[in-house]
Amino acid sequence: MEISYFPGCTLKTNGRNFEGTALPLLELFDIHAKELDDWYCCGVSFSQSADNLMQQIAPIRTLVKAKESGNTRLLTLCAMCYNTLQRAIFFIKSDEDKRDIIHDFMYREGTKFYGDEVEVVHLLTLLKEIGSEEIKKRVKKKVDEFKIAPYYGCMLLRPKEVAIDSSNAPEIMEEILEAAGCETTYFPFKTECCASYQIVNNSEIVKARTKKIVNSAVKNGADVIVLSCPLCFYNLDEIQIEIKKEDKNFKTIPVLYFTQILALLMGIKSEVNNFSLHYIDPTPVLKRKGLL
Amino acid sequence: MEKRMTVSSQNFKNEDIQKLEEISEVNVYSCYQCGNCSASCPAFEFMDMPPHQVIRAVQLGFIDEILEANTPWICAACISCTVKCPRGVDIAKLMEGVRQVILRKGIDHLNINEIDKKLREQLPQIALIANFRKTIL
Repeated sequence: MEISYFPGCTLKTNGRNFEGTALPLLELFDIHAKELDDWYCCGVSFSQSADNLMQQIAPIRTLVKAKESGNTRLLTLCAMCYNTLQRAIFFIKSDEDKRDIIHDFMYREGTKFYGDEVEVVHLLTLLKEIGSEEIKKRVKKKVDEFKIAPYYGCMLLRPKEVAIDSSNAPEIMEEILEAAGCETTYFPFKTECCASYQIVNNSEIVKARTKKIVNSAVKNGADVIVLSCPLCFYNLDEIQIEIKKEDKNFKTIPVLYFTQILALLMGIKSEVNNFSLHYIDPTPVLKRKGLL
Repeated sequence: MEKRMTVSSQNFKNEDIQKLEEISEVNVYSCYQCGNCSASCPAFEFMDMPPHQVIRAVQLGFIDEILEANTPWICAACISCTVKCPRGVDIAKLMEGVRQVILRKGIDHLNINEIDKKLREQLPQIALIANFRKTIL
């Protein structure tokens, strides 16, 4: 099966370990993710001002590209791309007048987008559709006493109309990881914000958030945190180094994309994990648990 | 000492309040001040005016207080508040409205050149691009 794929900017740089593990993983299920030709930045944060339609053009252009690809489904890995594209679809479906203005503006681009032609699918949703049985069949390694704390953050769950699972108590990542034979642990901060882009010039907020999130995961016995957002990944991973400098008693925890764990369990060569992109080295715990 | 604020019909006619309603399309009068938004806000402790107070200030037309607050610049649009609001007030959207009212006056909240070069190269692009919502560009 072939599915159109929108990587977004970060998966080609900081998130190479995400793309690098996700795509070979899909090949195991005979799913080929075909990258869109000549894709644009999705705009990252969905524009919320009602009177400025210019900011909607970037995600809509990508959706137009997806429509032109002929495939009705568009796969995303990055949580922020998922959120922006999915909300752009809701936007264009729900307001005919604004849709007409956007169509008029884009008249030279030929293809018009109405919202129903393309379905944006996040990798977690795709894996859930594939099902526990198929996931189980492909697992080659068994792990014992390896506790994983799935962290969802915001963009996969909020607002409610784009949530890939319950926006209060999601379980989708747990279901997939447990199907692969992992043990997951609940921690109350799994749907809390990491402070997102405040890392650029308000990193104190990210630091405070990460401290709470990490402490909560550690207290609940987690060996690693797994997630699906490249910005959460950077925030939770990098800032732990800063926190550790200030607080010697702070216990760090490795952060990984959920696909890295699945790829290791399914016997995909470990080089695709690009462990050099991690700030808190996950290799000692992975070796200890027999995954490396 | 707390600053004394006077409710006046003049406040409601304020151009910025009208602009804010136009940009955000949020009906702030639905809010009954339960405070769920502030309780669920992950960055509450960094704000000098919690989200529910921002809404109250909009209801009463206290535009200066809203424009001076750091709240919209601390908000990272995580949408926790909007999801928790029992009255369906889209607070995240209102915050974007406040940012836009200020930015459209030509007042910037981010100087891209001041971002440390090393940090700029190290950060994921999505952080930089999302943070551009603090600037006029």
